[in-house]
Amino acid sequence: MSENKFKISSSPHIRSKVTSSNIMLMVTIALLPASAFGVWNFGLPALGMLVVTTLAAVLTEYVYEKLMHKKITVNDFSAVVTGLLLGLNMPPTAPLWMGALGSVFGILVVKQLFGGLGQNFMNPALGARCFLLISFTGQMTTFIYDGVSGPTPLAMLKEGQAVDSMSMLMGRIPGTIGETSVIAIIIGAIFLILTGVIDLRIPGTYIVTFAVFVGIFGQFTNAQAGLFDPQYITSHLCGGGLMLGAWFMATDYVTSPITKKGQYVYGALLGILTGLFRLFGGSAEGVSYAIIISNLLVPLIERVTLPKPFGKGGEK
Amino acid sequence: MNNCTERLYNGIIKENPTFVLMLGMCPTLAVTTSAINGLGMGLSTTAVLVLSNLMISLLRKIIPDSLRIPAFIVVVASFVTMVQFLMEGFVPSLYASLGIYIPLIVVNCIILGRAESYASKNPPLLSIFDGIGMGLGFTVGLTAIGIVREVIGAGKIFGFQLLPLADTATGKAGYVPVTIFILAPGAFLVLAGLTALQNKVKNNAKKKGKKVTETVGCGEGCASCTNSACGGKIFPTGNEKE
Repeated sequence: MSENKFKISSSPHIRSKVTSSNIMLMVTIALLPASAFGVWNFGLPALGMLVVTTLAAVLTEYVYEKLMHKKITVNDFSAVVTGLLLGLNMPPTAPLWMGALGSVFGILVVKQLFGGLGQNFMNPALGARCFLLISFTGQMTTFIYDGVSGPTPLAMLKEGQAVDSMSMLMGRIPGTIGETSVIAIIIGAIFLILTGVIDLRIPGTYIVTFAVFVGIFGQFTNAQAGLFDPQYITSHLCGGGLMLGAWFMATDYVTSPITKKGQYVYGALLGILTGLFRLFGGSAEGVSYAIIISNLLVPLIERVTLPKPFGKGGEK
Repeated sequence: MNNCTERLYNGIIKENPTFVLMLGMCPTLAVTTSAINGLGMGLSTTAVLVLSNLMISLLRKIIPDSLRIPAFIVVVASFVTMVQFLMEGFVPSLYASLGIYIPLIVVNCIILGRAESYASKNPPLLSIFDGIGMGLGFTVGLTAIGIVREVIGAGKIFGFQLLPLADTATGKAGYVPVTIFILAPGAFLVLAGLTALQNKVKNNAKKKGKKVTETVGCGEGCASCTNSACGGKIFPTGNEKE
């Protein structure tokens, strides 16, 4: 009966195998179907763009951390995810230096200057995309598909033209590298849900709110669409960056609320903002801006949805 | 004359209104889309600042303490109106591009701040030099921001095409302007970048043992200060010697 039998250590006593680098690796794997489809759909320029944005993101992170004498965190895959997501958000015809510039901006300004992984105030990939979108509007919104420069289905929808929902589901349409194929994105998303990396709260609320919003207000901006017109809603759900944004970017751990109630609020906010931008805004697309604006509101959402600790705040 | 050069150094380097005091942010962010706009805004503010500092310093024993703010505003507004008419008459293009920000010089916090904290307590000559120093500091800040934004955002400097622009229609290679830098977000990015740069330079100078004053003078009289822990030690105003 010696006292040495009691081992005393501070919590946590049970350690999960989940680490930042594990999760980021999962996200990278989940992005592969969309990336592969983008390369198959748009050819070698798309591959070049994905490689350049990813390499530039990782290199920027390494160089910054080396120069600032910080811990090198390039092997946690977070920079890879940022670079890959930015690449998937670029038009395949954009010059490669533009993708590299976006990666540098996303990692350096949006992520590292605010303190690195876990401290960024908005999604670095989307921050970079909006930076490029504002700076080089022409090249970022020109889509050449099969040698023909044409509008995206979403832009045609805004003009009141008919679109083919089936090819939008498959992804044989002009658009950014990773956003066109809904099926490839959903495959990645199912992988993430099954491995427990993301749950349905944010993307589910986002997509449902957006569908309801478009169902109600679509008739005011599009002459062909009726109240809850299934064809019109499907086209909006399959078009643009909605799927990529909802499953891969709105669910970013750092820039989404941690409270459950807050995640519903956040998803609903995203849906309403995206609907507003798409139907009543100046451009056809609105997912990027909706997500970065909602990112900025996350601290407020968390504050109002903070759960009460057990035993506090009951009836007096 | 030593005090006068000290005022100039204080305004341009030590208490630079743009990069150190962070005053007058509204014109700083709004009009610096090009170097010439920044220079024009800085110089017109300097003119108003020097004249109002002189006038307020001359009137400092007449203006009753309780009415000082309205009195300062009247003096400043008169000079701003004069500057506005002169600019409209002689530099109409600059007048058009600065627009509403010229009448808004009246409420520029640098001008009222210097009137309140310096000119109303100090003799005219020093007040003039304080105005010149602060005004030039503001001008240097605005012009620097304007140059960076114009070079990156349009490939120009003072309207002169620095780099040949690319033309996507004909496929001509060249510089593609990063348009965000002449839009609103660019102002914040450049201001933050240049402020960080000057902090770095000052920190390096301090490390090398050069004499650089560590804390920034708050510019306010200690009488009106609410920070009781300071006691004139944290934020030396430069007036203690007198």
